[in-house]
Amino acid sequence: MRKRRWVSLLVAVAVLAGVVTWALWPADPGYTSHDERLSVNGVTLDTRLYLPKTSEKVPALLLGHGFGGTKESVAEDAKEFAGRGYAVLTWTARGFGASTGQIHLNSPEHEVRDAQGLLDWLATRPEVRLDGSGDPRVGVMGGSYGGALALLLAGQDQRVDAIVPMITWNDLGNSLFTGGVFKKSWAGIFFSAGISRGLPAGGGGLLARGAAEQPVPGNPQCGRWARDICETYLRVAESGTLDDTAKALLATRSPAGTLSRIKAPTLLVQGEADSLFPLSEADANAKGITGANVRVAWFTGGHDGGTGPTSDQNRVKFLTLQWFDHYVKGAGEAPSGSFTYSSIAGLDPLERGSLATGFSYDDYPGLGGVDTASVPIAGPPQAIANPPNGTPAAISSLPQAGALSSVLNGVTADLPGQHGNWVSEPLRGSHNVVGSPTVHIRAASPTGEAVLFVKLYVVDQNNQPSLSNGLIAPVRLTGLPADIAQAQPVTVTLPAIVRNIEDGHRLRVVIATSDQSYLGPAQPMVYTVAADGAVTLPIVPPVPIATADAFWLYLLIGLVALLAVGAIVGVVLARMRLRRRDRTVVAEHADTPLHVRGLRKTYGSFVAVERIDFTVQRGQVVGLLGPNGAGKTTSLRVLMGLTQATAGDVLIFGQRLAPGAPVLSRIGALVEGPGFLPHLTGEQNLRAYWKATGRPWQDAKFEQALEIAGLGDAIGRRVKDYSHGMKQRLAVAQAMLGLPELLVLDEPTDGLDPPQIAEMRRVLQRYATDGRAVLVSSHLLAEVEQTCTHVVVMHKGVVVASGRVDEIVGDTPTTVFDVSDVDLAQKTLDRFDGVTYALDGSRSLVVELGELSRAEAIASLVQAGVGIDRVTPRRRLEDAFLALVGTSTAGSGDR
Amino acid sequence: MNGAAQGYSPTRTLSFASEFVRQWRRRRTQLALGFMVLLPVVLLIAFEIGGEGDDDNGNGAFASIIDVAVVGGLNFALFTVFVSSSFLLVVIFALFHGDTIASEASWGSLRYLLAIPVPRGRLLSIKLAVALTYSLLAVITLTGTALALGTLRYGWNPLQSGVSADVPTGEGVLRLLGVVGYLSVTLLVVAGIAFLLSVLTDAPLGAVGGAVLLFIVSSILDQITALGELRNFLPTHFVRAYLGLLSSPVQFDGIVKGAISAICYATLFWGIAYWRFTRKDVTS
Repeated sequence: MRKRRWVSLLVAVAVLAGVVTWALWPADPGYTSHDERLSVNGVTLDTRLYLPKTSEKVPALLLGHGFGGTKESVAEDAKEFAGRGYAVLTWTARGFGASTGQIHLNSPEHEVRDAQGLLDWLATRPEVRLDGSGDPRVGVMGGSYGGALALLLAGQDQRVDAIVPMITWNDLGNSLFTGGVFKKSWAGIFFSAGISRGLPAGGGGLLARGAAEQPVPGNPQCGRWARDICETYLRVAESGTLDDTAKALLATRSPAGTLSRIKAPTLLVQGEADSLFPLSEADANAKGITGANVRVAWFTGGHDGGTGPTSDQNRVKFLTLQWFDHYVKGAGEAPSGSFTYSSIAGLDPLERGSLATGFSYDDYPGLGGVDTASVPIAGPPQAIANPPNGTPAAISSLPQAGALSSVLNGVTADLPGQHGNWVSEPLRGSHNVVGSPTVHIRAASPTGEAVLFVKLYVVDQNNQPSLSNGLIAPVRLTGLPADIAQAQPVTVTLPAIVRNIEDGHRLRVVIATSDQSYLGPAQPMVYTVAADGAVTLPIVPPVPIATADAFWLYLLIGLVALLAVGAIVGVVLARMRLRRRDRTVVAEHADTPLHVRGLRKTYGSFVAVERIDFTVQRGQVVGLLGPNGAGKTTSLRVLMGLTQATAGDVLIFGQRLAPGAPVLSRIGALVEGPGFLPHLTGEQNLRAYWKATGRPWQDAKFEQALEIAGLGDAIGRRVKDYSHGMKQRLAVAQAMLGLPELLVLDEPTDGLDPPQIAEMRRVLQRYATDGRAVLVSSHLLAEVEQTCTHVVVMHKGVVVASGRVDEIVGDTPTTVFDVSDVDLAQKTLDRFDGVTYALDGSRSLVVELGELSRAEAIASLVQAGVGIDRVTPRRRLEDAFLALVGTSTAGSGDR
Repeated sequence: MNGAAQGYSPTRTLSFASEFVRQWRRRRTQLALGFMVLLPVVLLIAFEIGGEGDDDNGNGAFASIIDVAVVGGLNFALFTVFVSSSFLLVVIFALFHGDTIASEASWGSLRYLLAIPVPRGRLLSIKLAVALTYSLLAVITLTGTALALGTLRYGWNPLQSGVSADVPTGEGVLRLLGVVGYLSVTLLVVAGIAFLLSVLTDAPLGAVGGAVLLFIVSSILDQITALGELRNFLPTHFVRAYLGLLSSPVQFDGIVKGAISAICYATLFWGIAYWRFTRKDVTS
């Protein structure tokens, strides 16, 4: 039995280990990759081609990395697309990593021409599907730097079949000089990345991933930057203004000029948390591409927000794959042109981070919304100070702060004296703002110029302001009057946001003089500013994208229904089984309270009860006598239906006993000591017990039972305060509740003092009248002898004697003599015929007297001069019992 | 007449009400439920004497919930449920279920119930139903007290999640009920383990402690992201899916999967418990 348990345990462990191993075993990647240094356009590019494991020709993808990254930055995405059946070519752009050359910032002659060279090379690969000679079937994707490359390449090379540019720019001059104000922190980060060969840290797969510290090669000022770019940066970063030369240079590095030549279907993915290339860049790209299908998708990440929540990443991946599958691979239905966007819905329950919900709208509405709402704001003109050198400055966003930027939402700091506030009344109803809000401001400046930062806060009921993704609108105003009264209103387009502004929240327009991320004027100054009229909010009706997981819901409903049905069927079956139970009554024993025949109980290889047979008739008090370990309690347990017999039958009033058999209700029992709920009083215990039987209260004969318990006032005390004897009496009382026809008591006098034992005897003898019967187990001979009418003697699991007590206990000719001289006594006894004896110890003789009377035997011994210390008659029961237990009763004494 | 004593019927033994009363009189039951009332009071006092304090609640998932704990009764109730969900309620469920059979066995009263005889299947069913009722009662008491106290002190305000949009009070109550309901469903796993252990052992403490231990082990394993998809099969993987109820719009995916997982596990454990107990030799 034990062995079998071990085996099943081992099997279970082995199966579990197998399942775990199978689940964790790394799956076949489904692709191979090859590194190669390619000489293209005068430079050597470090490339890696991922090929799916298939013999067919496959379409290709060109996957560009972010600024400061290498081909390794996009390895994860490349593997995924390779697994989807694309030959994915990744490379490190010139000027980065192991590629040679200088950074020309996506110049048409350099980086874009390089990519054309890669297309040529792809066309020579035997694995790649061709559209024509030298024209591979190819899609181009990338984030940021790689995204601009995709746009520029598609504008320059008609071999490109589809592109997915992500979080990238339209006009670099406009991005770095938003509103004419230099975005110094972002520009600085990127310039230094070109020197140190990598961004310091952060960025997701499509964005740049940092490179290790390396000595700066060559020119310490320009690093790997091309000379013209470097010099331009040094000039404009110092002046803070975009001069015409710089503007012209950056224009050649921007997709804006070549968008109209793009024929490849374009999926524009832009981030909502992006202070570098905000949503307006993608909007400009979408408007500029006139010759191809364009679809716009926004997600909650970006240069500030990173890759966004997992749910958002999955949505973008799905859109990208759908795009390439249709337009490059030629599989799947044409993607719809719907505009999709997302907003942070809450915390992700299962993974760390937040959770985004996707929304869609049939057509891309641009940044102006489908509809608009006008929210009036009020407040007088306010004077605000520009701090010298722009310090201290307000903090609105931290470049590359990743998820941290959303935390910043609530703690954005505007500095006292440096900003003015204009607040609206609480909004009525919620507004789903998707796009760029606009506001009219007026400003006066003593110099006629001003650099201002306009922000739109949403203020909740608790006055907590929040600035969506930390996005602000810098404006450089010129030709201003010195007096606010003469100032003309200027329309400021605020950064595009996705934000559900709720009922009761207010809008607050803030105009500030400085911001950490931007370069403002150095001289201290005081402006007077005013925000007039109303904020115009672009509204798009929120249409959540339905998640396709209805399957699980149906599964849950099905499961619950199945369980409900299962439970009902279970109950019905159990009741039916109860009803159909074997109720045949063995007629000859129908009136016998208890008939045990051939009962055997083993635990594994241990035989607790070998075989016992006995009968308890009405009116009898039967004693089950045996030493400890004889199998008495085991038998009683079977009798109560607590354990199942290995073999044999127990018949109660002729009915075969099984665990839970209804006929058990005719038995009252005390088995293996009392069992009470310690927190209840004695009386409560008895009442609770009777209640549990479900039988009518008046049948309990409660008073009689209480009388038997004889606990007096103690009946109202908690059972845990009872002595052992008190519990014992309560247990006997409990067994007698309802005056059952058969009373089974296991060692009932255990723990009682002598008067109580005597009382218990009387109770039991009285009980066995009116046709009732009592079965008492005991290891004490005297108890059985004095209490019982019948006795069953057990030893080592078998019945060794049974019958009426007076028959068994009655006098026998056996007598024990304790004598002074054993030898002499033996000689004396030898003279009588029919007398046998045995030596018991050194001074005792056990004598079978036969015809001889005890008096005659004593007289003869005394006459012979034998001193007699003691003469004890021995009885059959004691004989039998002693023979079983050993030579003395002390061995089985009180427990 | 079925050979049984007059008035005896198996389906009338150990009624739900009598078992409910038997358990109600236990100091353990009263203390557990009393603590459900006490905890919100303690939390309220802590917030009162703690004052504003610093805002450094870390960057964890609960930070935002802690931040808005005192904006209204709904938020206070939500906060109370959150801080209790990871351990306190687990212990409560384990206590009420792990104690069922094992405590009767340890008192010795189990054999007398079976000798009445209460059919074993019925005994288990009633015990389970009463344990479930008390567990649910504890959750309701905790939430109700927190909601009442919080509303008295902080007012009847919309539910704020700290991350997404505010929820108006009416819907907020529904969401709170949803959170409490879902938590109760996920805790069925604990109920299942504890109940099974209660049948297998005679030591009530062993059953309660064992269930809590297994729950904690499962939670720890769930932290190991290297286990990947396997974590979906951990009984505790979905316990925090109730956060989806605080999103706007509500995210049901995790909740549905979590409910499926919890119900499957609970059914499995209860099934084994029935199978074992109806065949077991009761030797205690």
